[in-house]
Amino acid sequence: MPDRRPGGFEMTQVAHTQVSSGGPTPSNDRPDGAWSRRIRLPQQPMIRHLTLALCAAAILYFVTSALSPYNDFLVGEIALYLIALAGLSLLTGVNGQISLGQGAFMAVGAYTMALLMNHTQLNFVIELVTAVGSAAVLGLVIGIPATRLKGPYLAGMTLLLALALPPIADKWSGTFGGDQGLTTTVPTAPGTINPEQWLAWIEIAGALLTLVLLANLLRSRFGRSFRAVRDDEIAASLAGVHIARTKVTAFVISAGCAGLAGAFLGLSTSVVNTGEFPLTLSIQLLAAMVVGGTGTLMGMWWGAILLVYLPQWSTSLSGHFNLGNGVSAYLAIIIFGTVLIVVMIVAPTGIQGGLRWIWGRASRRWPRVVTREAAPPSTLEPLSSRHFDDSDG
Amino acid sequence: MSLFINYTLNGITEGMIFASLALALVLIFRATKIINFAQGAMAMMTTFIAFSLLSHGLGYWWTFVLVLAIGFVFGALVERVLIRPLQGKSELNPVIVTIGLLVVLEGIAGAIYGNASRGFPAAFSQSGLVVGHTKIAFSHFDVFVVVAVLVLMGANLVLFRATSLGLRMRASAFAGEISRLLGVRVGILLTLGWALAGVAGALAGMLVAPTSSFGPYFMDLILIYGFTAAVIGGLESPVGALVGGLITGLCTSYVGGYLGSGLQPLGALVLLMVALMARPEGIFARPPARRV
Repeated sequence: MPDRRPGGFEMTQVAHTQVSSGGPTPSNDRPDGAWSRRIRLPQQPMIRHLTLALCAAAILYFVTSALSPYNDFLVGEIALYLIALAGLSLLTGVNGQISLGQGAFMAVGAYTMALLMNHTQLNFVIELVTAVGSAAVLGLVIGIPATRLKGPYLAGMTLLLALALPPIADKWSGTFGGDQGLTTTVPTAPGTINPEQWLAWIEIAGALLTLVLLANLLRSRFGRSFRAVRDDEIAASLAGVHIARTKVTAFVISAGCAGLAGAFLGLSTSVVNTGEFPLTLSIQLLAAMVVGGTGTLMGMWWGAILLVYLPQWSTSLSGHFNLGNGVSAYLAIIIFGTVLIVVMIVAPTGIQGGLRWIWGRASRRWPRVVTREAAPPSTLEPLSSRHFDDSDG
Repeated sequence: MSLFINYTLNGITEGMIFASLALALVLIFRATKIINFAQGAMAMMTTFIAFSLLSHGLGYWWTFVLVLAIGFVFGALVERVLIRPLQGKSELNPVIVTIGLLVVLEGIAGAIYGNASRGFPAAFSQSGLVVGHTKIAFSHFDVFVVVAVLVLMGANLVLFRATSLGLRMRASAFAGEISRLLGVRVGILLTLGWALAGVAGALAGMLVAPTSSFGPYFMDLILIYGFTAAVIGGLESPVGALVGGLITGLCTSYVGGYLGSGLQPLGALVLLMVALMARPEGIFARPPARRV
């Protein structure tokens, strides 16, 4: 099933294995094999996702405390791209709609944030929420005609959006600051925390919050209808899923995520101008999403890391081989495009798909395979529960 | 009034170029149900090859013919190497691969030629013709643009309507499996569709380059206008591509003239959204036999 993307969240499978193997009675005596199944995460999705997010937050807190301000800045960049990628992954991987216009939604978020910062004295969080909201509204405007479109048409329309939106800021340069753009200021950090670290924390908090919300959404009725619409629109509509509404919802959510990412991008570069949102940004987001693992949320970590570090690696690579300035400016995008093509042809599930495959092999192969197979009552259960998870609308 | 006439003439010329790129998209869509988002970047690449040939002293017309031939080979190559492995998979996969090709080609062109825009020679004078005593926005080169695209369209029409090769191409696009049973070599014909699209794209590149800021990204907007044109025309019909191209060209020309050139893409976006809302299948597409 090559075109069937792995839907859902990384942890859902672990969870299901637990639910099915544990059943109503908790089973410490289960002769279950891989160590992965011994980790007892809470069963309730919200609590489980929050637990994981808090763990990630704790790890990232120590990491950012140890790093230099510049590396903190990079961690913050990873976090903000993670937000945009998570939204795109939901849209493309889970709902089956492709968007090449995420950069435009990011621009809307960034400009809204900058305008609010320059003209009003609102609370920082309210400004962020407004930025997300304005991007989501544009997502609604674009999403409504998009519901009638199949993949390639939607790709073309969003591509046009990515090209059409930035010139507006140049046209009304009085409002949007023209080439210089608008300046933004990061809220002052409490105590002796340096500003880069503070911004990185804000961005990480935003990213983890987004991930928790999206992970819960994917485990909910919405998530299932997203997947149902992706897999078969007719079947989904027969099962009572409102196709258009579902598609627009996915579009609005992903636009909102991009808006938040854009607002953070404007903060971290401390200036918002059209040069920050070229078409290549939208395409790089798509590429990072595909390479990370379309449709997963955990895979977006890989995508975001790649998005931030690939330009750095390619600069040092071209310095190493003494390629001229002309080449080194383009090396990152060439590598990105090549990786995108190769991954799409050779391994469409991306890094996360590859890791899952290895994980699956490992947990099947490693200890006590025999005893697990010898446990007769559970052999049918995982199958039926997986079936339930995949195809229930 | 004279402004309006000039915008109209300008729109017709631009529309012809969009139609050429739209034709490229239509040829590929008919053959393989894929929209080739790398079409513009491929045309950009062939135009840069033309630029190199010209600057090495090759004559314009030799270059012209050679570049169309290169476009032919390029199109075929892309289909064989990148698109063939994706057959039978999700329709999103080829979209993503052609997007990847788009950025790779733009990156390569940028790395070789730099980001600066250059001048590209035109075959004929670009100063406007004089009608009566006023100069209009229609030059000898514009005449050449219109004629070249019409010849391309005519050649395609003859190919598809009057030759057995065209018939086989239509058959293999329409019902690949049945055509294969009847002895049509479907695979090679799909490649031929891509190759012909490569020619149409290369022509568009040669025609756009003299009038635009010729650089690695100069085809991005043309691609998207060509896409708008192709969608308006229904993505299946070459005549639709021509009409769609003219509509798009006039629209962007008026928007650019009266509201400022920065808003042209927005105008195209609105046009595309309206077209998709009103007739998702396009003006010239046959209505689908059955929609469930």
